[in-house]
Amino acid sequence: MNASALTVWLIPVPPLLSATVILLVTFRSRWLSHTMALTAIGISLVLGWSVVFGALATPHFADHPLASSIDWLPTGSTALRMGVAVDPLTVVMLFFVPLACALIILYSVGYSNFGKALDAHDEVGSPPHNGVEPLYPRFFAFLSLFAGAMLLLVVADNLLLLFFGWEIMGLCSYLLIGFWYGRNYADPHQTTPRQAAVKAFLTTRLADVIMLLGIAYLYAETGTLNFREIFFNPELMEKLVATPSYISGLAAAHMIGLLIFAGTVGKSAQFPLHTWLPDAMEGPTPVSAMIHAAAMVSAGVYMVIRVFPLLGAGAGEGGSPVLAIITVVGSFTALFAATIAVAQNDVKKVLAYSTISQLGFMITALGIGAYIAAAFHLMTHAFFKALLFLGSGSIIHGMEHGAHHSHEHIDPQDMRNMGGLAARMPVTYITFLIGGLSLAGFPFVTAGFWSKDEILADALAHNHTTVLVVLLLAAFLTAFYTMRQIALTFWGAPRTESAAHAHESAWTMTLPLVVLAFFAVTAGYVGVHHEFPVLGHLLGENPFEHFLMGALPVELDGFSFKWTPVLLSVLVGLGGLLAGWLVYGRRPLGVGDADPVQAALGPVHTLLGNKYYLDEFYQAAFIAPAKWVSTVFVSRIVDRGMIDGLLHSLARLMLGIGSGTVLIEKWGVNYVPDQLADGVQATGNGSRFVQTGQVQTYLLGVVVAVLAMTAALLMAAR
Amino acid sequence: MVPLSWYLVLAALLFSLGIYGVLARANAIGILMALELMLNGVILNIVAFWRYRAPTQVSGQMFAIIVFVVAAAEAAVGLALIISIYRRRGTVVAEDVSLLKW
Repeated sequence: MNASALTVWLIPVPPLLSATVILLVTFRSRWLSHTMALTAIGISLVLGWSVVFGALATPHFADHPLASSIDWLPTGSTALRMGVAVDPLTVVMLFFVPLACALIILYSVGYSNFGKALDAHDEVGSPPHNGVEPLYPRFFAFLSLFAGAMLLLVVADNLLLLFFGWEIMGLCSYLLIGFWYGRNYADPHQTTPRQAAVKAFLTTRLADVIMLLGIAYLYAETGTLNFREIFFNPELMEKLVATPSYISGLAAAHMIGLLIFAGTVGKSAQFPLHTWLPDAMEGPTPVSAMIHAAAMVSAGVYMVIRVFPLLGAGAGEGGSPVLAIITVVGSFTALFAATIAVAQNDVKKVLAYSTISQLGFMITALGIGAYIAAAFHLMTHAFFKALLFLGSGSIIHGMEHGAHHSHEHIDPQDMRNMGGLAARMPVTYITFLIGGLSLAGFPFVTAGFWSKDEILADALAHNHTTVLVVLLLAAFLTAFYTMRQIALTFWGAPRTESAAHAHESAWTMTLPLVVLAFFAVTAGYVGVHHEFPVLGHLLGENPFEHFLMGALPVELDGFSFKWTPVLLSVLVGLGGLLAGWLVYGRRPLGVGDADPVQAALGPVHTLLGNKYYLDEFYQAAFIAPAKWVSTVFVSRIVDRGMIDGLLHSLARLMLGIGSGTVLIEKWGVNYVPDQLADGVQATGNGSRFVQTGQVQTYLLGVVVAVLAMTAALLMAAR
Repeated sequence: MVPLSWYLVLAALLFSLGIYGVLARANAIGILMALELMLNGVILNIVAFWRYRAPTQVSGQMFAIIVFVVAAAEAAVGLALIISIYRRRGTVVAEDVSLLKW
């Protein structure tokens, strides 16, 4: 094992270690706890980036990636091997994951009100009002664990180790979404953090079980789970494609691919398992950023890119059915979530649906075979979405301070209560604007434009016209709701006292915003198409694609540069922003004004606002029947009726036999000893009157006895 | 000279009076006093026998003195016990003190 391989092994270790140390040792000291977490992620960042820049400096890195593994579990004659590997795809992840995690943890210091005294009114397990978070050290332990798990997943060289990281993240998402477990709302229909945590955990668990089936199937077919051993072995891949699966007409490779993709549907919140993600907004905002940008959902997309050769295998013969399904799921999700985002009023919910929508873009890109575009969008999205989430956290923080000042009881996350924050929170405003424009795809400057454009160009180049139209629509809506969000939040006059009294957050919160804003703009320049006029040449002939080319053993048919997709994405990006400005920006919403779009769309808006009633549908279609089956069928009929009935009749039979034996025992075996005991007791009872307990009675006995003896002696003497 | 038997009769009377007192009195102090009477009867017996049968030996007087001492000690202990019982239970009636009864 050489030094750089050892470095790779060490990358996930510090955060995992710091989580343990914080929970076991330093949990009494807030300062020590966050210092521990920050140091750990800092070490990981340095190690990770040393690997990243080492790899970037290596020519043709894709052909000889870093890898190192050890025997882990002996199974018969072979051994299951655990190891780490760094190929170009991992390098991309190692570039942004530790950076985003470190910034989020730094941000959490300010977000959790470090430096203030503990507010006596704050309850453990509820968000703090104006004091420091009561469970401060625990928060950093969980964040560290989350970051460590994500890094473990990224450096894993096999599906099993990846799955370990995957599941630890599932646990962390549960712990962190439900971090404010004591929080209750006046409205009983509003999802509490507890419910959201359970929902997220169960939804992703459902997907993970299917994914585990896929992993097991893959292992059964190939005898290994190592990515490189499977995907870079053409014979094995051919065998996988040739082997029929349990479902007729589907090759084993595709069946496995579908099963594993189900894990991504859950983790990356694709339709129909996306409902957990908006509810996950119940967690503290740094957690939302962690889940939505740096870890969790990125992990899902990363995993699909990893197993992409499997999904796309055999695509030559009439196209891979898996890719078709992925394209449909991804593009549908992209549009579907974008429409919902238009009608949301919670500042974080809008971002949540935009995350789902953007993940849909990435999944679509994979479906049409453009894995490099997917990886590119994954990276840029991580930067601008982390920026947007941390920015929204800063907004909410400012609003809560304002509400604390004005003593209003309003929802600090509702955009209708905001307005005019630009002047009061300048750093947050400018960085949020950059992130928003990047999300909307503001042409030629922002990272989001380049990565989205790449996906659109791929769709056009490979003649996926329907996909292109759907994605353009989604991109238009994205720009529209982003503009709506910016206008409602920052522009115009404050609509509440709280907004008027909001103020800028601490430096620990604004510094990560500035750093992320830098990357939200510049991260796009590495992936500009090499034939793009002037810029393409200026920015080094698309270094991103060159670097990633060959990371996976998949033939990518490159396409030449065309103006059509660029024009289209400029058009939808600017068009959406313009439409948003016309509706919300030109004349800012006043106090109590109805949303203009709501008036225009009428019932459709209500449908969107209620997320197509999907939660209600799931409630009625799956949860209610499941409850019925468990309470009525299983509990009442099967358990209490059949099983208990059987057991009870058995018990009654035994009781009867027992009663019989009792009679034998009583009249046969025990009769003589019982009589003996009773006799002794009766004698005792009969003679106890002798003991009066009075000295004089006893003395009388003595005197009588003495007299009697005297008389007897006298008689004898005579 | 008064014959020995008169002394013995007197001693027996004293003793019998004592026994009656011990058995019949309700008051614990009365019982204690009756006990003293019984002891006095015994001492009278001892002294009478010494004087009439072995006046030259000292042992008779010694016995009488030992019984005196025992009687004095017994009276002291007995009275102390009775006071203690009185403090605890507010009574000196022997019948009421029947903790050992079944």
